[in-house]
Amino acid sequence: MTEDALVIAGQKFASRLIMGTGGAPSLEVLDQALAASGTELTTVAMRRLDPAQRGSVLDVLRARNIQVLPNTAGCYTAGEAVLTARLAREALGTDWVKLEVISDERTLLPDPIETFDAAERLVADGFVVLPYIGDDPALARRLEQAGCAAVMPLGAPIGSGLGIRNPHNIELIVEAAQVPVILDAGIGTASDAALAMELGCDAVLLASAVTRAQRPDLMAAAMRSAVEAGRQARQAGRIPRRRYAEASSPLTP
Amino acid sequence: MGISQGVPAEGPGARAFDAVIVGGGIIGLSVAWRASLRGLDVAVADPAPGSGASHAAAGMLAPVSEVSYTEEPLLRLGLASLARWPAFAAELEEAAGRDVDLRGEGTLDVAFGADDMAALGELAAFMDKLGLPVERLTGREARRLEPMLAPSVRGGLLAGGDSWVDPRRVTAALLAALAARGVPLLRERVTGLDVTGGEVRGVRLAPPSSSAGPGSGLRRTPAGLTGGTGDPWAAAETALGGPHGDAGGLPAGPGTAERVVRARRVVVALGAWAGVLAGVPPELVPPVRPVKGQIMRLRSAEPLLGRCVRGSVHGSSVYLVPRRDGELVVGATQEELGFDDRVTAGAVWELLRDARELVPGVTELEVADVVAGLRPGTPDNLPLIGPTALPGLHLATGHHRGGVLLAPLTAELVAGTLAGDGPEIPPACSPTRFEDIA
Repeated sequence: MTEDALVIAGQKFASRLIMGTGGAPSLEVLDQALAASGTELTTVAMRRLDPAQRGSVLDVLRARNIQVLPNTAGCYTAGEAVLTARLAREALGTDWVKLEVISDERTLLPDPIETFDAAERLVADGFVVLPYIGDDPALARRLEQAGCAAVMPLGAPIGSGLGIRNPHNIELIVEAAQVPVILDAGIGTASDAALAMELGCDAVLLASAVTRAQRPDLMAAAMRSAVEAGRQARQAGRIPRRRYAEASSPLTP
Repeated sequence: MGISQGVPAEGPGARAFDAVIVGGGIIGLSVAWRASLRGLDVAVADPAPGSGASHAAAGMLAPVSEVSYTEEPLLRLGLASLARWPAFAAELEEAAGRDVDLRGEGTLDVAFGADDMAALGELAAFMDKLGLPVERLTGREARRLEPMLAPSVRGGLLAGGDSWVDPRRVTAALLAALAARGVPLLRERVTGLDVTGGEVRGVRLAPPSSSAGPGSGLRRTPAGLTGGTGDPWAAAETALGGPHGDAGGLPAGPGTAERVVRARRVVVALGAWAGVLAGVPPELVPPVRPVKGQIMRLRSAEPLLGRCVRGSVHGSSVYLVPRRDGELVVGATQEELGFDDRVTAGAVWELLRDARELVPGVTELEVADVVAGLRPGTPDNLPLIGPTALPGLHLATGHHRGGVLLAPLTAELVAGTLAGDGPEIPPACSPTRFEDIA
């Protein structure tokens, strides 16, 4: 089988499932879920975390040799996000950042203007920036032009589990993008993750769908399979949809 | 036969306790009390007993309403300890001559929007599956029980067996009960274990003047200690002149040198600090990390609520715990910030924002205090109770959010183990359960 690696900023990942850590009932449950997911890249909120603390979620990731992707969750302004990213770089020694600037606490939808502003500043500062955005093809294009290493459009609001509300826009983003497109937020179950990959996304990022499931490790395994299945289906090429039946074998000899 | 100040008491005539309990929070004090009742000669070492997580804790004894997926072993421990609370409290109140405000009217878990209602429905189904007794209520039924709830409440779940207690009153009562039994309270910071010949021989105590080092031993008394529960330490201080007062190892005055107190067993009940005690072999250091919780106490002339109320406000959880004297506890954050114990503006705002959604009237109350405590978190959220691989070293820590709830069970298990006839430690809280993982 030929190699089909996800490449972000020149770095290769065999797994196309990126995990988040929020919502896990315990570190042990999280650890088991991460193992079952096969993820190689996992995002961690930096605003309420002491990177130096022994036994933290960072130790869980290190023990599994999973790369940490610090994120700026909880920031409302570009200023806060840039500051959080710099603190994360200092603490963790990585210049990767998942940029997340939210507009309000009710929807947690990303603020496009603050996000773009922060992205420009972080790119200029040498960061590998992966911005979380709405399913907006125009903004995705502008962020790519600004030098972001990937774009991360949402399927639906964070934690909602509503799936991909606007598959058409996700396809438009995928068509235009030269950088990886990572479907971020809104995944509720395995079919949502498979659909994201079938639409042409390069990877899927999810957290709550696994961490808040009744059996997180089992859901993580399901997500891993779904991402792989969706990727294969995309590469295999689906058959055209038809209004009427077309017999798969001749009806008459 | 007293332990002389400044000189390690190592001679043949030196007193060795059956056990020294390191840490005077609700766990350490409960263990000491039960062990003393079992006839063991014990002492507690803590420069500021009752000032850590026990001082911050709300005191919910709520294994049913706190149940979550993947945490059934914790539920079973919680139910076992909850069943012990009424007798534990009654005996403690009798021994101490103090009330601990144990209440048993249950927890009401309420929901507002359709999303929160659906989540509550799922929780109820899970509780049914586990055989837990819960009652589904409409919004109007919930508000008949608790008229101060916001009119927008759509429905609720009543966990009728859940209870609560005032942890500050409990630690004060435990100190009084220990004092009445003449159990020495060593008000010094433990700097490390004394391990000789492959077994624990005692603990090293810092001179009293150096007892305030944050993070290295026990925390300082929080600045917000203003509660109306009386001075918890006063009773214990006066009682140290009791039957064992001459032998308790209390220094006559401030000294400068470290000293050793001998004990056949040492019980580490240091909460979030259990992982930083010197002298513990590296492979036996308990996997405990601090999980910060900020919590607020409000006060009114009359209680606003008749039972514990909790709810999720747009995904953000908050609980309110009423006391008979009008105090209302609003909690709590969960933050992974190491030993940081600062009270922050954001936490105060979030607590009040969410509490006001549940009970609009809270904004009229006086703010009594806001403190940050550090819960001892473990990788699986279960405690570490019982003997370790090092002879003489016992643990009673890692109780995370359940220290108050699990105190009677922990005390029974540890006191029984120390007395040599205890019940078997449940495997779920065995200190050795992580060894094959590492």
